[in-house]
Amino acid sequence: MIKLDPNLCKGCSICTEFCPKGVYEDSKTPDKKGVYVPIPKNQEKCTKCNLCALMCPDQAIKVDENDE
Amino acid sequence: MEEANESPFMKYMRKDRLPHIFCAGCGNGIVLNTFFKGMEMAEVDFDNVVMVSGIGCSSRIPGYVKCDSLHTTHGRPISFASGLKLGNPELDVVVFSGDGDAAAIGGNHLIHGARRNMDLTVICINNSIYGMTGGQISPTSPQGSYGTTAPYGAFERPFDLAELVSAAGASYVARWTTAHALQLSNSIKKALENKGFSFVEVISQCPTYYGRKNKMRSPLDMMRWMKENSINKRKADTMDSEELAGKLVVGEFVNKAEREFSQELYDLVEEKYGKKSDAIKSAYRDD
Repeated sequence: MIKLDPNLCKGCSICTEFCPKGVYEDSKTPDKKGVYVPIPKNQEKCTKCNLCALMCPDQAIKVDENDE
Repeated sequence: MEEANESPFMKYMRKDRLPHIFCAGCGNGIVLNTFFKGMEMAEVDFDNVVMVSGIGCSSRIPGYVKCDSLHTTHGRPISFASGLKLGNPELDVVVFSGDGDAAAIGGNHLIHGARRNMDLTVICINNSIYGMTGGQISPTSPQGSYGTTAPYGAFERPFDLAELVSAAGASYVARWTTAHALQLSNSIKKALENKGFSFVEVISQCPTYYGRKNKMRSPLDMMRWMKENSINKRKADTMDSEELAGKLVVGEFVNKAEREFSQELYDLVEEKYGKKSDAIKSAYRDD
């Protein structure tokens, strides 16, 4: 499970660009702050490499090690 | 306490101060994460870490971290850190500095810290521009790049910070970009483990000023540019300067064991006075 904190995300899309498996997708609609928070859409492709959590400049991403 | 929905690095941060003031896509946040990862890999005690910073965007980083920190005058973090290290040589002193801080106003402190081989870990976040004050050209801006003080492009030659610090005698020097997060955290690990002056230069993106002035408006454009234009040191050694024009040479520049200043000084004190210096603990001696 990937958890994205919408209060911290500033919508820079670094996770969308750098995820090696293409898990994230850019949002089409802005949230109430006007930030396009990415959606972790293809979670079944995630290999839990944690690169997104390492590269998120706003510490908004948590990748859960154990699935559900 | 690590909570279920939080980033693995949140346990080191002052949550009440988040979200931080850095622009969307700023490289400072990535450097902060890679520092925590490197610190975990080097198995450094977080309570023993002291962060020292000067003035600038990157120097705001220690304000978000739950450890002892000093926010000092412009360009002087290495001087303050040297004092801190000599006062208590058991501390792990880490200096966060920007390019304007370390290379322009604090250039002399940087090279003399390296010359003395003080046991400091200096992380220089080089975004090639003065981001906090409105996009002025800095000593590390590449030739031909634009800024508010260079509307026709910078014609000065930039500093190669990693080479400068290597020449000044540092015992560990590496350079990476924010697009190389894993390599960067490995280098930070080695820098923390190294006894001596360790300098890690991180080429970072400033989408707000550098990117906007140089036709790379989004942080992704800047990170793609860094990724495509970086060449590893081993490969760059075989290339001539014409081929390397406009490229970023990344990798490990120096990694050697050398005499360390604070150890040397304390040994001298012991030799001359016959007892170990314990200046820091003298106030607590009777407790």
